[in-house]
Amino acid sequence: MKYEHWLDDPLNVRKLWRGFLVVLALTVIAGFFVDLHPHFEIESWFGFYAVYGFITCLLMIVGAKALGLFLKKPDSYYAQDERDE
Amino acid sequence: MSSAFIFHPALILIAGALLLPFLRGTARNGAVLLAPTFALVALWLLPEGKLWQVQWLDYQLAPLAVDKLSRLFATIFLLMAAVGGLFALRQTSRLEVPAAFLYAGSAVGVTLAGDLVTVFLFWEFMAVGSTLVIWSAGTPGAWAASRRYVAVHLAGGVILFAGIAGQIAITGDASFHAMKADSIATWLILIGFLINAGAPPLSAWLPDAYPEASWSGTVFLSAFTTKTAVYVLLRGFPGTEILVWVGIFMIFYGIVYALLENDMRRILAYSIVNQVGFMITGIGIGTEMALNGAAAHAFAHIIYKALLLMSAGAVLAATNRRKCSELGGLFHSMPITTICGTIGALAISSFPLTSGFISKSMVTQAAIDGHLQMVWLFLAAASAGVFLHAGIKFPWFVFFQKDSGLRPADPPASLRWAMIFFAFLCIALGVWPDPLYAMLPYEVNYAPYTAGHVITQLQLLLFSGLAFFVMLDFLKRTPTITLDVDWLWRVAGPEVAKSFRLALAETRAGFGEMIESGKARYCILLARHRRPEGLLMRSWPTGSMALWVMVMLLANLGIYYFG
Repeated sequence: MKYEHWLDDPLNVRKLWRGFLVVLALTVIAGFFVDLHPHFEIESWFGFYAVYGFITCLLMIVGAKALGLFLKKPDSYYAQDERDE
Repeated sequence: MSSAFIFHPALILIAGALLLPFLRGTARNGAVLLAPTFALVALWLLPEGKLWQVQWLDYQLAPLAVDKLSRLFATIFLLMAAVGGLFALRQTSRLEVPAAFLYAGSAVGVTLAGDLVTVFLFWEFMAVGSTLVIWSAGTPGAWAASRRYVAVHLAGGVILFAGIAGQIAITGDASFHAMKADSIATWLILIGFLINAGAPPLSAWLPDAYPEASWSGTVFLSAFTTKTAVYVLLRGFPGTEILVWVGIFMIFYGIVYALLENDMRRILAYSIVNQVGFMITGIGIGTEMALNGAAAHAFAHIIYKALLLMSAGAVLAATNRRKCSELGGLFHSMPITTICGTIGALAISSFPLTSGFISKSMVTQAAIDGHLQMVWLFLAAASAGVFLHAGIKFPWFVFFQKDSGLRPADPPASLRWAMIFFAFLCIALGVWPDPLYAMLPYEVNYAPYTAGHVITQLQLLLFSGLAFFVMLDFLKRTPTITLDVDWLWRVAGPEVAKSFRLALAETRAGFGEMIESGKARYCILLARHRRPEGLLMRSWPTGSMALWVMVMLLANLGIYYFG
């Protein structure tokens, strides 16, 4: 099957995913071989940055979602007051 | 004045702004590009020191004062004006670019001001110029937003003016130097500065107004107001501890709202607040490393934020759509815009080899050097969050994700070259940071590219990217907006005013009724005694008259005897 762009091919997307996971693993494994110059105690935990980045992002997404429950409105919300003006 | 040949760069740009409306065609395009370029050359020919000194009333003013910090900010503002002008060459509104140059020139004027009076003057000119930029979009939404915008900024101007007047009255000194927030006057100045920085509680003016400007207007708006505020905070309030927490609040506020947002340019507007938060945190930490970091980050930020908004502007100009839920798949037909936008996204995320990496990490390093573990943890989480909300979210939903079926072409040459130039700078500064480091106010003893730093940063960012794709279902765009504090003055305020008006009308109606019925009762009373048969109007018999005269005479006699 011919695709408009190589990125439209699911096979290529799967390859990209695999490449991404390999790079992820490499960055963590690199921690074994490189001195990361930890300053704080917590930094010297193995894979700290990876875990911290992942978990804080999950928390931010969930936090935003929770806030959205209260504050999300349809995007015509302000249309009324703008018509008044 | 040391030399008659010293030109004020801000005045060159403002003169250009005033000249532009009279030019057409090639002459106009040439002037758009040359005015900021001349100003930039003039700036770099200036020696350091207080170059213009004026005696005004009892105060010594210095409308043109140059040091490393002011030269750094003036340079990036003028560069932004030049490249923004290139990007906006095809803008059909004849008001926008002159307004933007007035705005940019005033921002340069603030950075080169050696005294508070000049700061205030140019500060207000900035409010005028930026309002005109929003206005020139010419849509009803822009008109309404510009009115809200100018209201906030005029209020901020009043607060700043009160602070400056108080400060000058207390100290008798108008010069602009580092202050401590220890009196009402300095607090008012600090608050006035922070309002323009997009700090809470009025932060919503920024994401409310900026995305309403035209496709090129938002590019200008993103650069000057907040970064001028960063500059004046850098000079006026370095090391003010509260700024650390104000900055951290702004960082997370920006991330959370950007995650919820659907409008691509509002995402980027929220991320301005987020990025300014990093700078303000740096100013609050206040060490040389932190202040250098804040200044460098402002410089890098203006470039990559403008680049991101240029790519969004190119999409808007080509598709007339702003909402992520209506965009997607644009990489098929807009490869240059996609690549430039992605470079901007990588730079804002501080990927190694981009400008964000060499600037933002100085602020983080300052937190480490100061053993501020809590601050550092927040900053690290925020770095991951930036990648989440701007670094991936923006390019993903605009250029990739599901295919919207839109196939607009890449924009015309002037827009393309502006994007390509800034994309080049994002990478050039990241690869070769030394020229930028040399321009910073303090000496830089920092090497961004250590193996440890690169690897930890990659871990942080790539796992944040993993979180984005794992949670993609949670991040699906919906045609919604998220209420921000502008709700207070767009809905709550008018509602309160309306109910007051109703109550007032009712009370007035009630009073009116009371007065009417009172009048009616009084009339009846009057009529009762004064009608032809009433007590006071009927004719009395002569006998009763004689009787009353006798009674009065007797009374008179009585008083005469006993009085």
